[in-house]
Amino acid sequence: MDFFLQLLVNGVCVGLLYGISAMGFVMIFKSSSVLNFAHGELLALGAFFFLALITWAKLPIIVAFILTLVGCFILGFLIEKFFLRPLIGEKLIFVIMLTVGLAAMFKGFILLIWGGNLHTYPSFLSESLSLNLGAIHIAPVYTATMVISIIFLVIFGLFFKKSSQGIYMRSVADNQKAALSLGVHVRRVFALSWAIAALVASMSGIVLGVMNGVNVHDLSSIGLKVFPVVILGGLDSIGGAIIGGIIIGLLETFTGGYLSPSLRDVVPYIVLVFILLIKPYGLFGLVEIERV
Amino acid sequence: MGDILLQLNNISVVYSDVIQVLKGVSLSVEKGHIVSLLGSNGAGKTTTLKAISGLLKPENGEVTDGSIIYKNINIQNQSPEYITRQGIIQVLEGRQPFKYLTIEENLRVGTATRAGKPYKEDLDMVYHYFPALVPRRKSLAGYCSGGELQMLVIGRALMAHPELLMLDEPSLGLAPLVVKEIFRIIKKINEEHGTTIVLVEQNARMALQVAHHGYVMENGKIVMEGMSSDLINNPDVKEFYLGMAASGIAKTYKDVKSYRRRKRWL
Repeated sequence: MDFFLQLLVNGVCVGLLYGISAMGFVMIFKSSSVLNFAHGELLALGAFFFLALITWAKLPIIVAFILTLVGCFILGFLIEKFFLRPLIGEKLIFVIMLTVGLAAMFKGFILLIWGGNLHTYPSFLSESLSLNLGAIHIAPVYTATMVISIIFLVIFGLFFKKSSQGIYMRSVADNQKAALSLGVHVRRVFALSWAIAALVASMSGIVLGVMNGVNVHDLSSIGLKVFPVVILGGLDSIGGAIIGGIIIGLLETFTGGYLSPSLRDVVPYIVLVFILLIKPYGLFGLVEIERV
Repeated sequence: MGDILLQLNNISVVYSDVIQVLKGVSLSVEKGHIVSLLGSNGAGKTTTLKAISGLLKPENGEVTDGSIIYKNINIQNQSPEYITRQGIIQVLEGRQPFKYLTIEENLRVGTATRAGKPYKEDLDMVYHYFPALVPRRKSLAGYCSGGELQMLVIGRALMAHPELLMLDEPSLGLAPLVVKEIFRIIKKINEEHGTTIVLVEQNARMALQVAHHGYVMENGKIVMEGMSSDLINNPDVKEFYLGMAASGIAKTYKDVKSYRRRKRWL
């Protein structure tokens, strides 16, 4: 029973992280229908920027963390401005191919500078963050993940529900032509969704780096893991991405714990197939509101 | 004549570089007036509106000739972001709500042209014109009725404080009573706010009742124009748009001939 609870807690933590990184992916897809194949590389870039800032520049952790997030936010803007904007109006497949190219470019850049080895952050999370609930021991990194994830969720929830900019972003995703007719800056919305996506990706990259070490291949493969998460949750549902993330996280840790660690990457996909058989739009995919 | 707010000089619009839709349309809109644009399907009414609002570009259309002057500035082929910020808002045909946003969030999108400014008073203003929206403010627009949606999209445009409001077929698919209500409100907005309105309509009778001035379009050209009162009494308009015989008596189906006389305007 204790083992079960332990896995449950770990699974939820990892899952929240997947969910948040998938949220960035969903945001780009929702606003501009672009599947971003460079998502995993953005994640890795965030983790390596953070590594550079704390090991080379020797900045305090908090400063480095915030600087990385800001840097990736700006990077997202620049990617949109220089790579995606010229392709507006072109076929979608070109844009998707471009993200594949971006992925290769970012990965090459990281390999060039840091190489393909495993790096680790100096440990900076204090032991006081670890929680002991009965027999369950929650490691500091999991507590931190939980806290950061929840903070992010609340901030983004408020942003999309309350702030004007968030509502404009949702309006573009909903009906681009109508948004255009009301003077919503559609290109700015695209840029902002790339920036936010890069920001959340770098955040999850850092946390995953703290958890498992920083390695470009591992981190960029998380980008692939985003696919079962978003397809499970429904490609266009931000809430679904979070729940999909938690489900995949739980499946992974339970398979790892009870069956075999080598199966943990496979089982989520098998479950995914069954869920898609029953709910082809994913668990929370948009059910088209149709007025008859 | 008062101040001219908008002037179209002989504009041509071409889609995809080959399909010519407008062939030299000229019209002028006086400040504070309601101008209606009548015509059958495919005459180019919607295209004219889109040429003004800059929404041609996403559909691969372009103003190839002529000029569109708004407040002494040339605005043809400008981006919709720019044109909406000059005070021209088009309400699209067929009610295009944001289905997955609530009514109130829909209205808030209307503030995009002046983001960051307070909008509470404008919400009250919209609810004052359209009290039917008040009980629905928290529900998703996708679940509202056609009449509510039409009110919503007009209200959403009002949130932008337009100086020139262009309405594309507000009566489309609505019950006669609702149409009447909507036209009453359009008139009221025009009178109370002094908003200049361009009204594209199939429902010629309704449109001519509220408008000051009317234009009739056919095949991408303006074929007739005049004061609404003159148009209403024009025998051709009567026969082709108001369903009356030339003598002014309502046609009965008994008298309809098996072939229909086709009007050649030019």
